[in-house]
Amino acid sequence: MSDMTTHVTPGSGGPTEQLLFHETQDVHPANGTLLGFWIYLMSDCLIFACLFAAYGVLGREYAGGPTAQEVLELPAVAVNTSLLLLSSITYGFAVLEMQRDRRNPMLVWLVITGLLGAGFITLELREFAHLISIGAGPQRSAFLSSFFTLVGTHGLHVTCGIIWLIVLITQVLRKGLISANKRRLLCLSMFWHFLDVVWVGVFSFVYLMGVLP
Amino acid sequence: MSAPDLTRLIFGRLSLESLPLHEPIVVYTFVAVALGGIALLGVVTYYKLWGYLWREWFTSIDHKKIGIMYMILGFVMLLRGFSDAVMMRGQQAVSFGASHGYLPPEHYDQVFTAHGVIMIFFVAMPMVTGLMNFVMPLQIGARDVAFPFLNNFSFWMTVAGSLLVMASLFIGEFARTGWLAYPPLSDIVSSPDAGVDYYIWALQIAGVGTTLSGINLLVTIIKMRAPGMTMMKMPVFTWTSLCTNVLIVAAFPVLTVCLALLALDRYVGTNFFTTELGGNAMMYVNLIWIWGHPEVYILILPAFGIFSEVTATFSRKPLFGYASMVYATVVITVLSYLVWLHHFFTMGSGASVNSFFGITTMIISIPTGAKIFNWLFTMYRGRVEFELPMMWTVAFMVTFVIGGMTGVLLAVPPADFSLHNSLFLIAHFHNVIIGGVLFGLFAGITYWFPKAFGFRLDPFWGKCSFWLWVSGFYFAFMPLYVLGLMGVTRRLSHFDDPSLQKWFLIAAFGAFLIALGIACNIIQFIVSIKRREQLRDVTGDPWGGRTLEWSTSSPPPQYNFALTPRIHDHDAWWMMKKHHYQRPLSGFLPIHMPRNTAAGIIMGGLSFVFGFAMVWYMWLLAAVSFVALLVVAIAHTFNYDREYYIPAADVGRIEQSRTELLASHV
Repeated sequence: MSDMTTHVTPGSGGPTEQLLFHETQDVHPANGTLLGFWIYLMSDCLIFACLFAAYGVLGREYAGGPTAQEVLELPAVAVNTSLLLLSSITYGFAVLEMQRDRRNPMLVWLVITGLLGAGFITLELREFAHLISIGAGPQRSAFLSSFFTLVGTHGLHVTCGIIWLIVLITQVLRKGLISANKRRLLCLSMFWHFLDVVWVGVFSFVYLMGVLP
Repeated sequence: MSAPDLTRLIFGRLSLESLPLHEPIVVYTFVAVALGGIALLGVVTYYKLWGYLWREWFTSIDHKKIGIMYMILGFVMLLRGFSDAVMMRGQQAVSFGASHGYLPPEHYDQVFTAHGVIMIFFVAMPMVTGLMNFVMPLQIGARDVAFPFLNNFSFWMTVAGSLLVMASLFIGEFARTGWLAYPPLSDIVSSPDAGVDYYIWALQIAGVGTTLSGINLLVTIIKMRAPGMTMMKMPVFTWTSLCTNVLIVAAFPVLTVCLALLALDRYVGTNFFTTELGGNAMMYVNLIWIWGHPEVYILILPAFGIFSEVTATFSRKPLFGYASMVYATVVITVLSYLVWLHHFFTMGSGASVNSFFGITTMIISIPTGAKIFNWLFTMYRGRVEFELPMMWTVAFMVTFVIGGMTGVLLAVPPADFSLHNSLFLIAHFHNVIIGGVLFGLFAGITYWFPKAFGFRLDPFWGKCSFWLWVSGFYFAFMPLYVLGLMGVTRRLSHFDDPSLQKWFLIAAFGAFLIALGIACNIIQFIVSIKRREQLRDVTGDPWGGRTLEWSTSSPPPQYNFALTPRIHDHDAWWMMKKHHYQRPLSGFLPIHMPRNTAAGIIMGGLSFVFGFAMVWYMWLLAAVSFVALLVVAIAHTFNYDREYYIPAADVGRIEQSRTELLASHV
């Protein structure tokens, strides 16, 4: 304890300062899960950074095939983007309910979040299926390789997020809002918002810059 | 479904022809490995050790045991990687003119690829991670790492990766591309066989482990330091561990992406690095070196930390210039990201870009030089004791300075144009990796071995090994500098000019000396175990150490410290000794500890199966093992009961037995 760290032994006079070298009470280091998850997110962010860089290098290599302007459809992506942005807001509501310890309203918001995420994935898969059907699959050109990989990696992350969401809903139903579950919900919250931010990058960098003249 | 279809679904492209029965060297190796393996399994079964190994080691989440397992993995893989080296040295020593040596080119190419991959990923990385795992939590006064389960999982992922590399020796083949597998050589057109796929999946699986372990140790250092240990009171080894783990977290994702894109090119038919449809192979080279250059600092920084601890301990002085040592480490960490292009000045990016990267490379030598001076000034007027760790340190300082100078030479773009891909380069990086990382690891192993096992390593055999390694290194690699300056390129399995042979013979002699050195290492372990009673360390502080790990017993109890230490100086234990610190003999508290779990080893095993299935296109097995992996991972999250308390009475009993031990040896 801090008030016990330094006290001079009485009567010694000299420099025999008596320091305390161990704690006499239980010391619990702060839980590092949220920090660890932040660091994980930053490493994931680097994965996206590399994929963005790859798209930056290869995004104009059409190899005589379709260009971004020809194959990407902004209206569909606008819907897609709205779904994902909305799901971030609904996750935010879920966290607010969690902090008020209201389990059921929180679960409702989580389910809505998951449904919005699933809608996003469905639209994305439809876009992919359409592209492949018109001969603009990932094998066609370096542009399409990097497009599919960047967007697909994001989609894969959202899919993992949905699976995680389902697992967490089950765990909250079984164990309630105990501190371990709250911590997990906060981690998933960070993950979900992170994917939202990455999508803003994908939307601007790939779709807007690719389609708008 | 017809029979061939079914066979294909189950076995993919694996067939009996995939077994290299036509290569006698591989067959003999397989027989030897199989006999050795059966003997080992027999011994374990005979002595009924399976239960003990499973409970106390494989499922253990104790950072000390995981650290030791990492070291064992590294040492076993060193034997494999070194046999590759001996084969290369032997081939190059005899393959002149009419003689073509004993290794056909396609086998030789696998050998040099496997040598590089194994030595970096499965020898140096596990050993560095193992030392950090074992030592760092003890140095900061923690009971374990931040995420103990993740630590166990990371270890088994590393094992799964190394098992894949080992499997490639006997089932199919390994990559023939060199250790970084540059496309277009590594693409599906030029390397259609399973070799590159083994490479990709081994590194991806081990890479997951490395990244998670980086996050884990980083959070441990940031969050779990004992009270009073501010950043500038951390031991230097902990500082270098911190920087290394920052580098791991910031570099390995780049490798992951790079290899994933290569895998997509090979499996899906995308065009990232192909030579047609817009692909760009130089992007691979850039990406892999954006990971690869920080990687060499990931390896060398902990070695710098080891040398700092060793020099201060055996010079009986505080480390000279602690703060400058810390800043030098941080500067190296940052600069290591700004130099990657010096690995391919010949790409043709122009004078300005090459100058930038040449200059940043040369700048790195400044903080590194500062470190060398710090160690020298620590020794200056110290009471230097030439125990084995100190001998390795001195050998390092001499050797590393030579390697550093040839590095600065290579950093000059015009010089690099003629030295690029020559044996000069090979000599340079072996000079810094053997002379730096490996000597550091040996110093660290000798230094912390008594802490881990409770007895010192036998000094006589250690010194034999030391002299053989050091002189063997000079014999093996100085000739390569000469050959490189004469223009001999790397990775050749045959030479026409007989005048070069004498240099290769000298190099082969060096490899022979190193082989004797490794033999002495093994003898040293055996002799030390036999003589453990004479070499016993009862004090917990055999070298007169300065940092916290020497304040606890050797080996430390499961909980490391009975009561959490409080820190007042970066030489915490030295300070405690100066103040005549008395161990607490009472007032113990129950200690909160994590529980063992089998999830890590199961997930590692499933990852190995998944990787193997992907290599051989066994889609069914791949799908099944991947789903199983997910299920195990999710099931593990349903386990909330992960911690328990060691009762205060048990702590008291363990501490009491140490008190008695100390009293009996005064």
